[in-house]
Amino acid sequence: MSESTYQRLTPALVAATLVLLLVALYQVFFVVPTEKTMGVVQRIFYIHMPSAVVSFNLFFVVFVCSIAYLRTRRLGWDRVAVSAAEVGTIFCAAVLITGPLWAKPVWGIWWAWDPRLTTTLILFLIFVGYLMLRVYVEDPNRRALLSAVVGIIGFVDVPIVYIANRFRGQHPKPVIGGGEGSGLAPEMWVGLIWCLVALHALGLLLFLQRYRLETLSHELNELYRRVRA
Amino acid sequence: MSTWRVAAAILRKDLLSEWRTKDVLTGVLLFGFTVSVAFTFAFEPTADEARVIAGGLLWLAFLFASILGLNRGFARETANDCLAGLRLAPADPGAIYLGKLLSNLLLLFIAELVLLPVFGLFFNLSLWNRPGSLLLILLLGTWGLTALGTMFSAVSANTRMQELMLPLLLLPLTVPVLVATVDLTATLLADLPLAFAGLQFRLLVGFDIIFTLLCWLLFGYVVEE
Repeated sequence: MSESTYQRLTPALVAATLVLLLVALYQVFFVVPTEKTMGVVQRIFYIHMPSAVVSFNLFFVVFVCSIAYLRTRRLGWDRVAVSAAEVGTIFCAAVLITGPLWAKPVWGIWWAWDPRLTTTLILFLIFVGYLMLRVYVEDPNRRALLSAVVGIIGFVDVPIVYIANRFRGQHPKPVIGGGEGSGLAPEMWVGLIWCLVALHALGLLLFLQRYRLETLSHELNELYRRVRA
Repeated sequence: MSTWRVAAAILRKDLLSEWRTKDVLTGVLLFGFTVSVAFTFAFEPTADEARVIAGGLLWLAFLFASILGLNRGFARETANDCLAGLRLAPADPGAIYLGKLLSNLLLLFIAELVLLPVFGLFFNLSLWNRPGSLLLILLLGTWGLTALGTMFSAVSANTRMQELMLPLLLLPLTVPVLVATVDLTATLLADLPLAFAGLQFRLLVGFDIIFTLLCWLLFGYVVEE
């Protein structure tokens, strides 16, 4: 997309995202029923779980773009990858912050070495490393190359981390997809889907702005280079 | 030249230069020794406690020491443009990776063999009841660490903050190795059959194979000009 398209589209995107977020918050606070055993604190789930989905999706984008960069060597792929990685890391941080807030009143502890929790934390650390690496490499092509390699290895590592932690420590049953007795009431599903849509819109909006910034700074660097030459 | 001949040549070069300078082995051994001493001061475990926590401490000491060794191991290539020379050789970059992997693996394995009795002494452990299983765990764990470590020592050699980047990237990625080796070592120290941690064993083998292949494929991108 060109810069003028961005300028035309951004207000509409911001407005749409705001509306979606307001609807989602309304659902969370006024529509969905209060969970029987966990009480009102369970409502944090509607932010927690969709944030996790958004961040995993964005990390998958990093993985795909890393492969695409190595194949085509076009820096555009790298710009998509870094934008997705940064926004994904922020959503991942949101997961790690909302998790303990929910866990403390429900499990009685802030943190448990549960496989999902541990994997999310490690995923966060891998992508912080990815972003740190980018800071310390000057040349844009080399930076793209090295971070693509880290993006691929990091993504492959995540399921292995999950399996490694699967059978140790304390295992609270997952709320959804945990077999017998788990699952959501229908009204809860509606609220959850609204939140999923709204947070994906927010993720997309942030991603587009970040990508736009990356493109502009790339163009600026090109101009500098041409002026100097 | 075939892949294995290139890898063997690099292994030979690394061992020769290590024999003459001894910089990796001395560094790793002294560091590993110092960390073990620090751990005994920090924990002062009784014999029973030691059996429980020693696996974790042992592998943490190895992990830290190997990061040190891996950093130095690749510094050897960046000094005097050695890497440029390797690149000029008509060889597959994957072969360079395999050679570096083998030399790192061998050196760290030797260092661990020396450190192990020291560790057993400090923590009052009877490590050698089942030497075969112990050596197998040691070898597979070190392989996992070096498979990714060799790759990331090359990645971090390209950055401004060399010494810092390697642990930042390597520690989170090698969590499965740490988890598996610590569980396996604890199983061994508790005199249980290894099959007790069979899943961790398979996981470790899988990790080693997957990342050796993946890094072999990707190494060319990291060292290219």
